[in-house]
Amino acid sequence: MHDMKYSNIQSSIANIRPLLAREFVSYFNSPIAYVFAAVFLVVTNWIFFQQFFLINQALMRDWFGFLPWVFLFLAPAITMRSWAEEKKSNTIEFLLTLPIKDSEVVIAKFFSSFFFLAIVLGLSLALPIAIGRLGDVDSGVVVAGYVGALLLGGLYLSIGLLISSFTRNQIVAFLLSLCAMFVLYIVGSGVVLLFLQGPIAGVLQYISAATHFSSMSRGVFDTRDIVYYISFTLFFLYLNTESIGSRKWR
Amino acid sequence: MIQVQNLTKTYGATRALENVNFQVCPGEVLGFLGPNGAGKSTTMKIITGFISPSAGTVKVGDLDVVDNSFEIRQKLGYLAETNPLYTDMKVHEYLRFVAAARHIPSSERSNAIKAMVQVCGLFAVVGKSIDALSKGFRQRVGLAQAMIHNPDILILDEPTSGLDPNQIVEIRDLIRSIGKEKTIILSTHILPEVAATCSRVVIINNGTIVAQGTPDELMRGSSREVVYIKIKGDRGIIRQTLSEYHALGAIKQYAPEGRDIHAFAVEIKEGDGRELLFKAAVSNKWTLIEMYRKSENLEDVFRRLTTKENGV
Repeated sequence: MHDMKYSNIQSSIANIRPLLAREFVSYFNSPIAYVFAAVFLVVTNWIFFQQFFLINQALMRDWFGFLPWVFLFLAPAITMRSWAEEKKSNTIEFLLTLPIKDSEVVIAKFFSSFFFLAIVLGLSLALPIAIGRLGDVDSGVVVAGYVGALLLGGLYLSIGLLISSFTRNQIVAFLLSLCAMFVLYIVGSGVVLLFLQGPIAGVLQYISAATHFSSMSRGVFDTRDIVYYISFTLFFLYLNTESIGSRKWR
Repeated sequence: MIQVQNLTKTYGATRALENVNFQVCPGEVLGFLGPNGAGKSTTMKIITGFISPSAGTVKVGDLDVVDNSFEIRQKLGYLAETNPLYTDMKVHEYLRFVAAARHIPSSERSNAIKAMVQVCGLFAVVGKSIDALSKGFRQRVGLAQAMIHNPDILILDEPTSGLDPNQIVEIRDLIRSIGKEKTIILSTHILPEVAATCSRVVIINNGTIVAQGTPDELMRGSSREVVYIKIKGDRGIIRQTLSEYHALGAIKQYAPEGRDIHAFAVEIKEGDGRELLFKAAVSNKWTLIEMYRKSENLEDVFRRLTTKENGV
């Protein structure tokens, strides 16, 4: 039993790996992702250094506070073509008639986009390194912040992938994903909660990606936040598998 | 090898396939013939596991297409109708990717790719981006993709559509040579293609099978013969007289030649109609100007079975 499970995982990895590699490389073949990555770095650095020179203070915390808003544009840009393009060019018919499970294809798509996001995010590591050279940097905040950013990014990507699977139009996928991520981010914010009370407010606050990110960006690791991100990401990946599988019965 | 039983597929309210039954024996090249929208692609998508049947079963060997989809997919090569390719890749990159996704061991991948380049004639384009290829070369890349893992069964959905006449002949030759070793289902609405490549034919229309057999059987099975005659005489009397022979069927009149030479296409129900017509002409003192017999060809069979006016 144990051996069988192990060999199942092995064969899954063997199924996933070539797809993941192809998807990952294809990000570097597309200009859109480059453009957004460049914009991401320029904007985030500009925000940071504006503050840096104005108030002569370097706080990674503020930078992390700004990050989710930039991710709102970066993540949909990464995921918008994932399924939409496959549908439009009908390569989906090739992809999903390979001897590979739908769920494995979803996982391959998720991790290829996740690795791309991680690389873009990794390029911003120049900031904390530079600050560390110039003065003191709170490494706890930096580590927690980056882990939080990866988790938040993963969640956003899983939403973007799901929405990309609903349409064959990349622009539609981009805009809908942006809206969905925005809603998920702000449902727990003060403005929304102002009008609500009781258990609903509590639920919204739990659902909100912002609530969970804010503590991490302050350098606080909380298992509940990590559980939130991973379970919600898995939930959206599951929905993605279902939405792809629905072609069979429609 | 492939057994399709009572296959039905509905898309919402539209019925794409209804009670389709046929089988494909090992080593056969089955031509799947029908007008656009008849249900050819739907059947192929079900066999390849891209979509599921609404009712009925498809078996490949002992494997069921719903329960054992992954085992079946390993034995299949599939060229979809639109020939989907990742156009941002180069030909060799793409084939390498397919080889990896098909679990060809990494030590054998290069050989598998070389074999496909050879078989499909891709030498000239192997380093080019798929974007830049002509339709004919893309189609060959599609075929290479479908065959790279040496599958027992090939499902080819309109493999020659959109190609020029020379390319069509090349692809057909290719399919014929592959067909010596593999089981192939090939869909088309081009009739000479069937006669040129297929050992058996299934004709499908509006989601149901209207005929199946070897190309010869289909033509013989119909056994419809038409005799074309041109007679000098009075049109009304000729028509009247001929319609009284019970060995003759429908009489169609077509463009007359001059004022009193009338042309008819006479369907023959039994016997050799030519003799009968000749004697009729003699006894009525008509002048027989021209007469020839034509048996129904595959094109006629197809047209008769797939157009509403004469169908079924």
